[in-house]
Amino acid sequence: MKKINTPLDLNKIKFLKAGQEVLLSGTIYTARDQAHKRLVQAVKSRQALPFELCNAVIYYCGPTQTPKGKIIGSCGPTTSSRMDAFTNLLLAKGLRGMIGKGNRSEEVRGAIKKYRGVYFITYAGCGALLNKYVKNAKTVAYADLGPEAILRLEVENFPLIVAIDVNGGNVYGKD
Amino acid sequence: MRELKAEKITQAVIELVKRANFSLRKDVLFALRKAYRCERNRRAKTILQGILDNAAYAKEKNLAICQDTGMPVVFAQIGQNLKISGNLKAAINSGIVAGYKKYSLRNSVCMDPLFRGKSGFSPSIIHMDIVSGNKIKLTLLPKGFGCENKSQLKMFKPTSGLDEIKEFILDAVKSAGADACPPYVIGVGIGGTADYASIMAKKALLTKLSAKHSKLEEDLLKQINKTGIGPMGLGGKTTALALNILTYPTHIAGLPVSVNISCHALRSAGIVL
Repeated sequence: MKKINTPLDLNKIKFLKAGQEVLLSGTIYTARDQAHKRLVQAVKSRQALPFELCNAVIYYCGPTQTPKGKIIGSCGPTTSSRMDAFTNLLLAKGLRGMIGKGNRSEEVRGAIKKYRGVYFITYAGCGALLNKYVKNAKTVAYADLGPEAILRLEVENFPLIVAIDVNGGNVYGKD
Repeated sequence: MRELKAEKITQAVIELVKRANFSLRKDVLFALRKAYRCERNRRAKTILQGILDNAAYAKEKNLAICQDTGMPVVFAQIGQNLKISGNLKAAINSGIVAGYKKYSLRNSVCMDPLFRGKSGFSPSIIHMDIVSGNKIKLTLLPKGFGCENKSQLKMFKPTSGLDEIKEFILDAVKSAGADACPPYVIGVGIGGTADYASIMAKKALLTKLSAKHSKLEEDLLKQINKTGIGPMGLGGKTTALALNILTYPTHIAGLPVSVNISCHALRSAGIVL
């Protein structure tokens, strides 16, 4: 199976095709609803972002609390379409990859093609299993958001399926 | 009058929190295994295997089956000859908070729906019912919101045909599509009032998936599984594991129909005290 590492510069992802299975290793950042709202506000008001967006990967995930002795708790993907309204701007600012579940809006599909990004999906509703692939986790911003804080995760062979590729190919087909 | 201390209820709820979040229901596991055997689509089979592996891993490692440990929904059936000493609602919510903390689950409950703010573990949604006897039955359903967001309610005309109702239910599943973690379990409430139909739809998720189903339920399940949405929305014939309907008498002027969708991680646990 195809293995790729972060940061995701264009060369690493331009040959990926919708439907293809990929194992991702490296650094990814969790961000969901409220974190997206803040990230977009920060971009609009020209404030510094809590992590380098260029070639970064955002994982739409809000894990459980971390059980004692573990790196992270259950940590599966949340519904991506709720982040659609914020995605265009983040892609324009250099975001390269997103991981979540479910289909995206037509606008996001267009933005992925325009900015040469990639949208992956992973095992939905399997947060316990995905715990295996996370080797380190650290809160980097918005700790006050609790489960919606931004975490930096180091992952190893995190299992993904390419849902929308750089050319706008979509595993879910057309609407 | 039998007497039961509220603290006993708190202890029982802590136990339910663990059981519901770490061990997938036997009937759900059975349905997933059956779906795995019947599925011919390679990718659908791989995903179903992943879902089964996830359930086994969660149980083995004491990890939540899904990180969305839900808005906790509690059904309390209270025998009318039972006297509870202490505050029942507070006892339930104390058990929820203690259990969710103890087992490192997610604090997904926003105190203010509009202004959001810091999230916590409670309050839960509590549906109480007075029944005969001197016992209390508590059932916890941690309901994830990926699927709760796909709920639908429609007030049909009393003269509406069965086909219109079937179409509405089918469309609700289609609009959930890949978003809400298929294969789904579909709860449907028909009749009563708008609020009551929705409670029935939620309650229908507690019906054993292996229970005997009506012709209407079987027909709808067949149609849903013909949509080709499949596990994770990537195709296959397993779009739903079961569809359960509950009905109640309604008004001559109306016909409420509510659909409550559950993801494949349908979690619940019950206890009688």
